[in-house]
Amino acid sequence: MSTPDTTTGGHGDISTGVAGGDSNASATRITPGNALRPEDIALEVKTGLVKPSGDIAEYALRLGDDALILAQRLGHWISRAPELEEDIALGNIALDQLGHARSFLTYAGAAMRNEDGTAKSEDDLAYFRREHEFRSVQLFEQPNGDFAATIARQFVVSYYQYELYLRLTESKDETLAAIAAKAVKEVDYHRDHSSQWILRLAGGTEESRTRMIHGLRLMWPYVGELFRDDELTQRLAEAGAAVAPSSLKDDFDRLTAEVLTEAELEVPDVPAAPGGGRQGKHSEYLGYILAEMQVLAREHPGASW
Amino acid sequence: MSPHGNPDAPASAATEINREAPKAAPSPEQLAQPEHHDRSAWGLWEVFVRSSRGLSHVHAGSLHAPDAAMALRNARDLYTRRNEGVSIWVVPAEAIAASDPDSKGSFFESPQGKDYRHATYYTKSEGVKHL
Repeated sequence: MSTPDTTTGGHGDISTGVAGGDSNASATRITPGNALRPEDIALEVKTGLVKPSGDIAEYALRLGDDALILAQRLGHWISRAPELEEDIALGNIALDQLGHARSFLTYAGAAMRNEDGTAKSEDDLAYFRREHEFRSVQLFEQPNGDFAATIARQFVVSYYQYELYLRLTESKDETLAAIAAKAVKEVDYHRDHSSQWILRLAGGTEESRTRMIHGLRLMWPYVGELFRDDELTQRLAEAGAAVAPSSLKDDFDRLTAEVLTEAELEVPDVPAAPGGGRQGKHSEYLGYILAEMQVLAREHPGASW
Repeated sequence: MSPHGNPDAPASAATEINREAPKAAPSPEQLAQPEHHDRSAWGLWEVFVRSSRGLSHVHAGSLHAPDAAMALRNARDLYTRRNEGVSIWVVPAEAIAASDPDSKGSFFESPQGKDYRHATYYTKSEGVKHL
């Protein structure tokens, strides 16, 4: 996930020499542009510029795990999507999520220690935790299913994440706010992608409409868990550092209903799943995802490629 | 697992390429609903990207999409992943009229040798300012 050493080069610093923002845009040269990167956060952690409290770290871990598990799920579509163009679209979304995960996990790791006393890196957290130590909610680990099921999951995730990151940009924790500011623009596009497909699948053929309805029914039991407050989010929300999940629900309900109405679909009436991902209780799927994601790093600790 | 765009979407140059190799003889149901299995309903679009303010849109490549809105999004995903663009145009490939490669001689060779069409052909007359 990371370059070996963020201070001395590697592909992490391709923007070296590109100072300033759009004012430096050149007509003849393509630059990677300037934006907050996980490497920047790692550098701040290393030099001691930022150090999250235990609460903030736990919160960042939650958001990072959500994004990481979704990235792993979406990555499975690469070379398997219905069309080449969609392959790239889902791959881009997966990479966006992986970027958010790297930022959140790097930040969370700054408050956690390995046995040798060093701060935990994003890789330590991604590859060397066990299933019950992951804090992602269960929606993110749900199987890809068919394309419509994936779109249904993307629809819920992106509308939830958009409301979350939009508010998190106001966080009193500057690093969380900065990660959210970068992520919210990307998630805005994910919203557009999923809603475009909801409209097309629902309004396409009888087959695509049936699958879209089925996909939404598969994912909707896991919606409730997204908006559940607990002691941690209450403490952090009162301190102005985090967003109370329950505060997102009205806007989520309103905006998703708009899309569903346009697609002539109904909000699925299905019983809610028990949830518990934030406490490390996961559905049967997460173990398999982790096995695939972690096997290489565990087989060859310290390997880089 | 085959999301279709608008099955009524106009056919395009892409229909020449059968992207779905038949693996088995079609079942009677498939024969009864041929349009539901016609993935070439995704038309071909040409993509033009403007890399920066003040420059013109340049042809970047082509892609398949069920309609213009999705073509723009696919173009964004395919051709601006590395910060290449500030604006995208998509055009149905069939809407582009192209010159005939076989008429290269009559179309493009006529200006050759007509150096009087270039400013450098002329010598500056004496006493002319601002040239």
